[in-house]
Amino acid sequence: MEPAVTATQAALDAIACLVAQRGAVMFYQSGGCCDGSLPICFDDGEFLLGDHDVLLGEVGGCRFYIDPRQYEVWKHTQLILDVGEGEPEGFSLAAAEGKHFIIRSRVCAVGWAGPIAHGTGKPARDP
Amino acid sequence: MGKVFEAPGRAGSIVTVKGRYENFIGGEWVAPVKGHYMANISPVNGKPFCEVARSTAEDVELALDAAHAAKDAWGGTSLAGRAAVLNRIADTLEANLEMLAVAESWENGKPVRETLAADIPLAVDHFRYFAGATRALEGTTTEIDQDTVAYHFHEPLGVVGQIIPFNFPLLMAAWKIAPALAAGNCTVLKPATPTPWSILKLAELLKGVVPPGVINVITGPGAEIGKALATSPRIGKIGFTGETTTGRLIMQYAAQNLIPSTTELGGKSPNIFFADVMDQDDAFLDKAIEGLVLYAFNKGEVCTCPSRALIQESIYDKFMGRCLERISRIIQGNPLDTATMLGPQVSAQQLEKIMSYVDIGAQEGAQCLIGGKRNLLKGDLAEGYYFQPTVLKGHNKMRVFQEEIFGPVLAVTTFKDEAEALAMANDTLYGLGAGVWTRNGNLAYRMGRAIKAGRVWTNCYHLYPAGAAFGGYKISGVGRENHQMMLEHYTQVKNLLVSYSPEPLGFF
Repeated sequence: MEPAVTATQAALDAIACLVAQRGAVMFYQSGGCCDGSLPICFDDGEFLLGDHDVLLGEVGGCRFYIDPRQYEVWKHTQLILDVGEGEPEGFSLAAAEGKHFIIRSRVCAVGWAGPIAHGTGKPARDP
Repeated sequence: MGKVFEAPGRAGSIVTVKGRYENFIGGEWVAPVKGHYMANISPVNGKPFCEVARSTAEDVELALDAAHAAKDAWGGTSLAGRAAVLNRIADTLEANLEMLAVAESWENGKPVRETLAADIPLAVDHFRYFAGATRALEGTTTEIDQDTVAYHFHEPLGVVGQIIPFNFPLLMAAWKIAPALAAGNCTVLKPATPTPWSILKLAELLKGVVPPGVINVITGPGAEIGKALATSPRIGKIGFTGETTTGRLIMQYAAQNLIPSTTELGGKSPNIFFADVMDQDDAFLDKAIEGLVLYAFNKGEVCTCPSRALIQESIYDKFMGRCLERISRIIQGNPLDTATMLGPQVSAQQLEKIMSYVDIGAQEGAQCLIGGKRNLLKGDLAEGYYFQPTVLKGHNKMRVFQEEIFGPVLAVTTFKDEAEALAMANDTLYGLGAGVWTRNGNLAYRMGRAIKAGRVWTNCYHLYPAGAAFGGYKISGVGRENHQMMLEHYTQVKNLLVSYSPEPLGFF
């Protein structure tokens, strides 16, 4: 079993810089049109998690979540967080000046951290 | 060859470009408080062509100041007066149709044949529709009893915040601004980060047409000014079009201030072709083939992109063959050429996302029937974000069938019968649009009613006339635009409960 979410070195470096500058951040995998299908990076706690959101895992010490319905149709793939050229187009924090986070994917069997525990934003069981 | 428009800013172009654009606040151009600007890139050649304000929360406050200063006078303007302003906006757009069409094409990359024939004319009509609709909107009275009457008035919300996407910058601005103003509100509008400029060109035209402060436009990053606007306790409503997570974020922000929001979010719209479309080789079949190829309209950057084609098994080979032949004749290139059918994606980010999806499609076993790669053009277009019109064949559980790719990428599969078509159409998280193609009216009606989507195009696709309500089922959003009912979303109801009886209640 592979982890449900991993990160490239470029993404890990970007996360480390962001955390050093602003403190902890979190990721939520977006769906739908426009800037959708991209990971959105928030200051930790900026995005209110729901009771049914799924914690996919951690990247660079930061939690990575996805909508439970979207998880159902994505769960046969591993998400690989990476960095791309260009400013983010929506509400995501930039990965760096002029750069944004992007997801690449790999088809494989993955294990996931589980649903978040009620109201805590933390996993119901350890990853 | 069609007519080729000169690129904005170059000698001979019908569109002028300033080196730098400030925010449009209170009818004036106002420099961003912190003095920061950002380069604005044309996707046609990947090069910056002007700068726009990189605004901060301070600029949002300035825009809100201007809007609040204007709101009482605008909200108190007679219906005829408000309608006259909306009609003047429409006339101004119409008088500058070609200029705005070229600006929009250069800004977003969409083919000018689309902006000339769809985006700008639809924006013009949208203002005219709401100029009329607001005058036709009536309050109600209820005679509670012989001496007691309940009067219901639609009152403006005051100042509203509106955040729009990059795919139809001017048309989405029209969809947002027209009902807000018609209902008597002032607006602070934030264009999408990749496409701020064409709306600023519109603002240039509106100076003097719209009272100062009624429309304010501020540009900058969503994480900063989008958030500052959506969380502001000084707005009465937030309107948003974009993707699903941000939609949730917008509703979260609105909850902080207990204000309403409307959200138009993503889709993964099925386009269903029943076998009888091939019963005759006629104009209708030709229309159905075009109906499938419409996935490439606006480079697939449409929330309702018909990006899942479901084709009845018995006609698949023949029908798809005809469609692929049509797709192979799509002309991709400079969107300022009226012969061009497919321009560049709006940004490097979108191009990269599309490529990542084609990659996952291949890993999942989808078969690429045509395209599948970045299209590297020559000369000035070499750095543009062009992607070949692409068709992937697979099954509905693949991610390319479940997620909006927002590019000219069609996922196609087959179904056996009506029941399977319906099950597959509804096997999606989204419910924004759908298409049904058949010569059988009863079948079309049954499918149209059973598909869980806010808009089911029947024997047509991608029509967006004012007067046809547009909005999502499921996680595709809340609210209905493009219709008089949007006025309800931009007003609040005042009830005057009046007693005409002199008699006391008798309790005390």
